[in-house]
Amino acid sequence: MSVEDRGTWPVGPKPPIRRFHQARWDEPVIFELSQPGARGVLPPAVEPGIREAVGDPAAELPPSVRRTDPPALPELAQLHVVRHYARLSQENLGVDLNVDVGQGTCTMKYSPKVNDRLATGPKLADLHPLQDASTTQGILEIMWRLEQLLKAISGMDRFTLQPGAGSVAIYANIAMIRAYHASRGDDGRDEVITTIFSHPSNAACAKTAGYRVITLYPDADGYPDLEALKAAVSERTAALLITNPEDTGIFNPRIDEFVDVVHEAGGLCAYDQANANGILGITRARDAGFDLCHFNLHKTFSTPHACGGPAAGASGVTEELAPFLPVPTVEFDGSTYRLDHDRPSSIGKLRPWYGVAPNIVRAYAWIVSLGAEGLREVAETAVLNNNYLMHRVLQIPGVSAPYAQGRRRIEQVRYSWERLAAETGVGSEDLGLRAADFGTHYWTSHHPWIVPEPMTLEPTESYSMGDLDEYAAILRRVAEEARSDPDLVRAAPYASTVHRADHGPLDDPDRWAVTWRAYRRKAGLDG
Amino acid sequence: MPAPDRPIRLGLVVNPIAGIGGRVGLKGSDGEEVVLRALALGAAPEAGARTVRALERLDRGTTRLELLVAPGPMGEDAARAAGLAPLVVGELGGDRTTAEDTRRFAAAMAERGVDLLLFTGGDGTAVDVLAAVGDAVPVLGVPAGVKIHSAAFAVSPEAAGTLAAWVARDVAAGARAGFREAEVLDLDEDDYRRGQIVPRLVGYLRVPREPRLVQARKAPSPAGEDAAARAIAADVVEGMEPDRAYVLGPGTTIRAVAERLGVPKTLVGVDVVRDGRLLAADVGEDALLAIVEEGPAALVVTPIGGQGFVFGRGNQQIGPRVLHAVGREHVVVVATPWKLASLAGMPFRVDTGDPRLDARLTGHVLVTTGYGDRAVYRIEA
Amino acid sequence: MTSTDDRPAHPYIPNTAPATREAMLRAIGATSVEELYADIPAHLRMTEPLDLPPALRSEAELVRHVEDLLSRNTSTREALSFLGAGCYPHHVPAVCDEVSSRGEFLTAYAGEPYEDHGRFQALFEYASMMGELLEMDVVNVPTYDGLQASATALRMAARISGRTSVLVTTATGPEELSKIRGYLAPDLDVQLVPFDAATGEMDLDALRAAIGERTAAVLVKTPTYLGVVETRVEEIATTVHDAGALLVASVDPSTLGVLRPPAAWSADIACGDIQPLGMHQSYGGGHAGFIATRDDPRFVLEYPSRLFGITSTRVVGEYGFGDVAYERTSFAVREEGKEWVGTAAALWGITAGVYLALMGPRGMVELGEGMMARTRYAIERLGAVPGVRVPFAPSHHVKEFVVDVGGTGRSAAAALAGLLERGIFGGVDLSAAFPALGQAVLVCVTEMHTKADIDRLADELAAVTR
Repeated sequence: MSVEDRGTWPVGPKPPIRRFHQARWDEPVIFELSQPGARGVLPPAVEPGIREAVGDPAAELPPSVRRTDPPALPELAQLHVVRHYARLSQENLGVDLNVDVGQGTCTMKYSPKVNDRLATGPKLADLHPLQDASTTQGILEIMWRLEQLLKAISGMDRFTLQPGAGSVAIYANIAMIRAYHASRGDDGRDEVITTIFSHPSNAACAKTAGYRVITLYPDADGYPDLEALKAAVSERTAALLITNPEDTGIFNPRIDEFVDVVHEAGGLCAYDQANANGILGITRARDAGFDLCHFNLHKTFSTPHACGGPAAGASGVTEELAPFLPVPTVEFDGSTYRLDHDRPSSIGKLRPWYGVAPNIVRAYAWIVSLGAEGLREVAETAVLNNNYLMHRVLQIPGVSAPYAQGRRRIEQVRYSWERLAAETGVGSEDLGLRAADFGTHYWTSHHPWIVPEPMTLEPTESYSMGDLDEYAAILRRVAEEARSDPDLVRAAPYASTVHRADHGPLDDPDRWAVTWRAYRRKAGLDG
Repeated sequence: MPAPDRPIRLGLVVNPIAGIGGRVGLKGSDGEEVVLRALALGAAPEAGARTVRALERLDRGTTRLELLVAPGPMGEDAARAAGLAPLVVGELGGDRTTAEDTRRFAAAMAERGVDLLLFTGGDGTAVDVLAAVGDAVPVLGVPAGVKIHSAAFAVSPEAAGTLAAWVARDVAAGARAGFREAEVLDLDEDDYRRGQIVPRLVGYLRVPREPRLVQARKAPSPAGEDAAARAIAADVVEGMEPDRAYVLGPGTTIRAVAERLGVPKTLVGVDVVRDGRLLAADVGEDALLAIVEEGPAALVVTPIGGQGFVFGRGNQQIGPRVLHAVGREHVVVVATPWKLASLAGMPFRVDTGDPRLDARLTGHVLVTTGYGDRAVYRIEA
Repeated sequence: MTSTDDRPAHPYIPNTAPATREAMLRAIGATSVEELYADIPAHLRMTEPLDLPPALRSEAELVRHVEDLLSRNTSTREALSFLGAGCYPHHVPAVCDEVSSRGEFLTAYAGEPYEDHGRFQALFEYASMMGELLEMDVVNVPTYDGLQASATALRMAARISGRTSVLVTTATGPEELSKIRGYLAPDLDVQLVPFDAATGEMDLDALRAAIGERTAAVLVKTPTYLGVVETRVEEIATTVHDAGALLVASVDPSTLGVLRPPAAWSADIACGDIQPLGMHQSYGGGHAGFIATRDDPRFVLEYPSRLFGITSTRVVGEYGFGDVAYERTSFAVREEGKEWVGTAAALWGITAGVYLALMGPRGMVELGEGMMARTRYAIERLGAVPGVRVPFAPSHHVKEFVVDVGGTGRSAAAALAGLLERGIFGGVDLSAAFPALGQAVLVCVTEMHTKADIDRLADELAAVTR
């Protein structure tokens, strides 16, 4: 952008790529804003009647446990706390601000504001989890109703909403699988099978539950390898944990054959539906023969990602596995809702209480605002958006979409910048950081990189054709710069809140600092 | 770690005739006759130009660089062409550069304690650099040869330059630059020219790890590749049966198994352990056959090089007779997830020299990839 | 396509206009969206629409429907609540709600510092303020909840010490104990240390008898699940360290204005739940866990959680942030994959930071002193109700205590049911989980309760147990 003496009139058309600069408040760490004696909020004073009756019990604490020096927290007036955090909030790029299609696998869709309001009102915010069920009929009904909706969407028979995140839901499923085999005295099953393009939490949770994990690599076309599965199953197979479509956006067309192979070997099949956004109302877990599945309410069902949680998960099972669901379940007898803790075969509890209630309300509200037709429209639009973006991205020289050549993708694509990296020495991570200068970003993939120099894009239903054109134009621009001025890209970003950080201190025990007190001590700032 | 109070020192040695045979279909440049034939066929040396492409990626603005180069076509010319002011180390012996020159200049750079030694060439050049510097200094190959099987090379000259710039920045910032051991393979060039590729594992060079610009979110505590090798070793050792001889093939992943057992490992050779003790070190095919025919045995192998060879490349000692004697069911294949990822979807391969045995070995194999972790991977002949 | 009818576009889906869809399909060389699903075989395709209730497409209808359902709840604003037991009724400052509901935080996720610098700084500041409260140098980005924090802290201690057994007080509470047992199995075994029936504090003789060379760690919780402050923590620490084990302390951060932080009595790892620091009860939806240690690589490398650190950037004077010790390679091989961290509760970390910044040093002291005074007053008032006993009355309490209504001839359940009829959530029935305590109820009193509230509880309890 150049600055002329005068503007033009009329103002010319906006350029296809915006002249972005992120907020950069150069904000001090909050301790540096401290002003001795300032107060941000006052706790209620102890009433005289209480003071007269009991004195100061804190003063009676023995010295071994009585704190004498107040904690060295910063002291700020209320405005200064508000302003500090308002500034920090501006230094983030979430769904509300950017074309957030770059955080592939995360389903960064619009989280409706009305649902935030419904989830944070006093009728929920001020509800204690141990209240008598007669005083919590409203939230129990919403939990019960959400279960019915998820049953219809998946074809499964029962759901639990207790998992606090997708990984916890996967863990719940594997725990139920273990309990199921144990209930039948089938003790020799100590292996779980997954695929390399399923979410890594499937393998991690299986290991947490004590299983050996067998990972299938794709066949030459990038599809999960059915022959590899046949080589892997045995009387030791407890379960198949599989994502479909996988994180490459490729749908496994033989998914029911996979299920059959595992069933014939005596194992169960759990469907990781983290990537369900493109198949709502199109195909269901139950129809492919799965015994269990799970959804991420913060992905498919719109609850906000909240800087990394609280999230919410939901696990669904067939009638045969329902006895193993975590306690409590929500039951309805036609007139009242209650929590059922008396389930002798249950795997127990996964977390305190019953689930992340505000997100349960948000997910419920989202589904009922769309209905059956709306959900299908969500799926179809997500898939259309993805294939449209893929078409635009693949026109950029140097990028490719490995595997399943010539096939469509469902709701996301794992691209590769391998060619561009070899030509220019500028890798995918550099390109992604340069994208920050244009007000957006993308994620590469989990490590290790199976797809070289990866980039995973998932455009969801929330973005317009114009958004996708803008995003593709940014990628094209960044790729062109890698060729014309690789040093420029290598040192990016410039228009972000911060510049490239030095990683050295973060890995050096003598310099790393997780808190301000550690930083001041190690940097010698305490005098 | 404080930043060094001196410029960052990079070394550069170019094998100017590397790759010269490739364009004229001669596969390599080892041997004077081949070079002469290549020149006669009209080949022009490309190593210099490729080196310039790498050097142009160095960061001249923010880090103080001192570039030590071999004289003339072995580094100096390329550095000047890239607009750099190098310090020339030593003198050329004659008109024609030789492998001995490569070794001599590489050793001189190592003695001067370069922070990173860049070398341009192919597999043969890597072998020379290995012979000269071992693991004394970190190195990085700029690919210019016909044969690039060694893992000591960056994927392109530009990538090599970028990586070198990152190492310089890390050293300047006092950060711990990450290094890994990269396999150096060599091929018998006469065989190679006849189309029979038989690479030999000759050792390991210390090369920079790809820099970490950003940190993969949602996966806060990844075990690194070294940790993965330790986890694999724990699994393998736990599965070892009493009285069974375990033949440990070459490779760093398998070295971790030996470390777990507390026995020494011949990195490029084949060792045998039984009941936790070293039975034989660096054995050849005949000695190996004697051991595996004497009692129950198992093979522990890992794919060597970038082409995923499980048998027949780098571990030729484990030949068809040994495999027959041990039996396929007693073959333990190990590989870190990084190794599998580096194959980019290529299958494992076998080339034992016995086509019927190769055919029997193809199909799907269970690969130990961590403690309690297996992958199912394809093997093709 | 489903959008060719005359219905207005759904507000959450921009690309619904038929012309737009056709343009996009044309660009990609497809004639219908159906073609894009070619990889999904026909026999797996749904032929009927999902069986869901009719959509509430207008926002007004939606609000009316959901608020109608939620109106069937009776909240702790409408009743007088003394429920605690891990989920606490504290005042949530308006600024906490303001920050935690800002779309910039609420809709961000997992970007790098180059997009989400604010998130990194806010979480670094959260850890820094927790570090001051705890007097420890290392605090994690929050995990799911306090139960998870305890379980992970014990696993860390086992990895650090290389031992395989942990000791946990029975006053830890049934849910936390169940979580710890489940999470530590099968690698570590859990032994219980009883509490002293007279004081409610840990039985030190039992601890000395149980501790041994296999003991990796001892978990002390203060205040205990039953509300009692452990006062012999220095003796506990000596006993634990003499045995070569680590001391893990589960603490309530809202009490640390008045209670010495565990680092001051030589605890090695501190853990707990930050819900009291600015999160609503939300039917159990406001939890997040913290884990803190000293700054020793032996400890730092055993965190499964993310740790955000401060660093320099290419620009002089600019703070940058990133993950500390990102590649933690020291997990024992048996532990590989044993602990993972996915999306947990980062927003509550940011919110707890806002809370601590608002409260400041004086606020935390006043909070603790005020709770102790109100709780002591409640102990005296309830203890004076005929037939009601406060078993650990002479011990120190901050915000919770146990009453035994057995002397009234009523069960705990009956007393609580009677109070409920009078608009009071009187506390948590402990009679099943702690039968030795009789007809016991766990009562929680915070800064939210007035003298009149406590008097009303005492009077109504007397009335319903008369």
